Amino acid sequence: MDIVLQQLVNGLTLGSVYGLIAIGYTMVYGIIGMINFAHGDVYMVSAYITAIVVALLSFFGIESFPIIIIGTLFITIAVTGAYGWAIEQIAYRPLRNSGRLSALISAIGMSLILQNYVQISQGARQQGIPTMLTGAVRFDVGDGFVQITYMKLVILLVAFLGMGTLTYIIQRTKLGRMCRATQQDRKMASILGINTDRVISIVFVIGASMAALAGVLITLDYGAFDFYVGFIIGIKAFTAAVLGGIGSLPGAMLGGIILGVSESLFAGLISSDYKDVFSFSLLVIILIFRPSGLLGKPEVEKV
Amino acid sequence: MSNAIVKKSLLSIAIAGAMGASVLAQADVVIGVAGPHTGAYAAFGEQLWRGAEQAAKDINAAGGINGEMIKLVKADDACEPKQAVSVANRLVDSDDAVGVVGHFCSSSTMPASEIYEEAGVLMVTPASTNPRVTDRGLSNVFRVCGRDDQQGDVAGAYIISELNAKRVAIIHDKDTYGKGLADATKSALNNYGVTEVLYEGLTRGEKDFNALVTKIRSVDAEVVYFGGLHSEAGPLVRQLREQGSKAIFISGDGIVSNEFASVAGSPEYIDGVLMTFGADPQSYPAGKKVVQVFKDSGYEPEGYTLYSYAAMQVVVEALKNNDLDPIKGADWLKSNSVSTVMGVKDFDSKGDLKVSDYVMYEWDNTGNYAQVN
Repeated sequence: MDIVLQQLVNGLTLGSVYGLIAIGYTMVYGIIGMINFAHGDVYMVSAYITAIVVALLSFFGIESFPIIIIGTLFITIAVTGAYGWAIEQIAYRPLRNSGRLSALISAIGMSLILQNYVQISQGARQQGIPTMLTGAVRFDVGDGFVQITYMKLVILLVAFLGMGTLTYIIQRTKLGRMCRATQQDRKMASILGINTDRVISIVFVIGASMAALAGVLITLDYGAFDFYVGFIIGIKAFTAAVLGGIGSLPGAMLGGIILGVSESLFAGLISSDYKDVFSFSLLVIILIFRPSGLLGKPEVEKV
Repeated sequence: MSNAIVKKSLLSIAIAGAMGASVLAQADVVIGVAGPHTGAYAAFGEQLWRGAEQAAKDINAAGGINGEMIKLVKADDACEPKQAVSVANRLVDSDDAVGVVGHFCSSSTMPASEIYEEAGVLMVTPASTNPRVTDRGLSNVFRVCGRDDQQGDVAGAYIISELNAKRVAIIHDKDTYGKGLADATKSALNNYGVTEVLYEGLTRGEKDFNALVTKIRSVDAEVVYFGGLHSEAGPLVRQLREQGSKAIFISGDGIVSNEFASVAGSPEYIDGVLMTFGADPQSYPAGKKVVQVFKDSGYEPEGYTLYSYAAMQVVVEALKNNDLDPIKGADWLKSNSVSTVMGVKDFDSKGDLKVSDYVMYEWDNTGNYAQVN
């Protein structure tokens, strides 16, 4: 019993991070119908920015964890958001009217550029930052126990706050209405006076910000990263986005959590060798029965 | 950025790349240093490079190989078999290397060694410990380190007789080296009549092993044996401790890097971690001077640095005594001993060392390791 509970907690933290990154894939797909393969590397860049900000803050003698995490979150989100904006300007905007395939190739190129740029400028070695927050809460369950580190609690809290805020922005604000309108029909939205180019830029910034949120949390927790960390987690988050229904914001979050929890439960209760096989089989099964994902809407052929 | 600027800069990058590739073509005796010079395992690539570079410098200063100077070529395989094959091809085709020091990961060494054999290039690996590296009967393959089956025996015996442990969880990283080492330890344990309580693989490159850690906790393991490299061992041992497990963590020579502590987040997490590794290479009297040279230059010759130095000496001795013929050199090595920075080395007919010397080390809470007495 304690083991199942512990695996649920493990899965939930992992899944909430997948969900955060999946948001970037799903929103970009929703609005311009393109898979942003550089998104995992945006996450990787945010891990490096996190480490730099943490180093700077400790250089100025700031030791308290709440200040470090809030400061790191703000600066990293701002800088990573700027990366997201710049990537869209450089790699995707010039190709806006030239078919999906060109944009896809451009995305792959961007991904390689980011990896190599970080590798050359920051060194190829594995980097690490010291542990900031130690300690854990422990619940006794039956004759076993469930142990959750404070950092994991922070991850859950911040991730769900981030997702909640974003849902609010998309559902309730003017900016969100503009995003949704552009997603539904870009041409019509622009006829109605929405600056769709700007909306697309904003979507990239939002996606990058969510990846930065994940980057800060994961980097502060695990401490270790290199220029290649964006790859595996990017693939997983992309899977989560497809699982939940690509293009759907709640779908990305749900997909992330389902993926994280099922991975953990499978690894914990059956075999960790085959956990990736299991998660992708799950994806296949869901796509057989719901081709547009759990919460995705089937594409309607416009006549 | 306008399109014209992009095109120009791309063109100049292409030209620069093409020029970089041709610079190395006209050297005296070209020896490749192959290993993970980039990527998550670049710390090991650096050990290999430092050792080989210092050896080449010393040998050149003493007159080179029969008067010809050694020219080193860095070959980066990033610990990936596919890339290892392509750098091996590059070494033999365009760099005309006659000898190779490397590779590091067994999974890279094996496919690359076949290319070297075909091209008649002598390969001495300082670090690849998988038994199959030499068991495949290639005539050109040597190593100056031990084998995982020897390493597994030492770990198994230690777990049984020193730790008196009965509940052992064996984890590996599904790679040639990691799984090979884990299997070697597993069979050593099984020979003592102990069956592992858990045997599982994790995925290289991931950072979250919490699910696996919970599973280790659930089987009540006293000892966790990990076959793999430090970049996975660090997060794994940390997450074990974070979930409140006090199991003793043992691994092999794949974690012998000072990055182990930083990857784990803090040296406290690796306090008490045990690992098998060759008897301290810095303790050989022959190596004292070289160790001092490294220390004077501000570099601690940790892990495989001196192995790489020794591997270079083996390559050079074989070439020197056989008119720079790597094929004759390989035959020569099987019947002659070479004195290296790590003492005198004798090779058997497969290319393994006749004597191996694995011992147990323990990491402390400052991120250093020392031999267990």
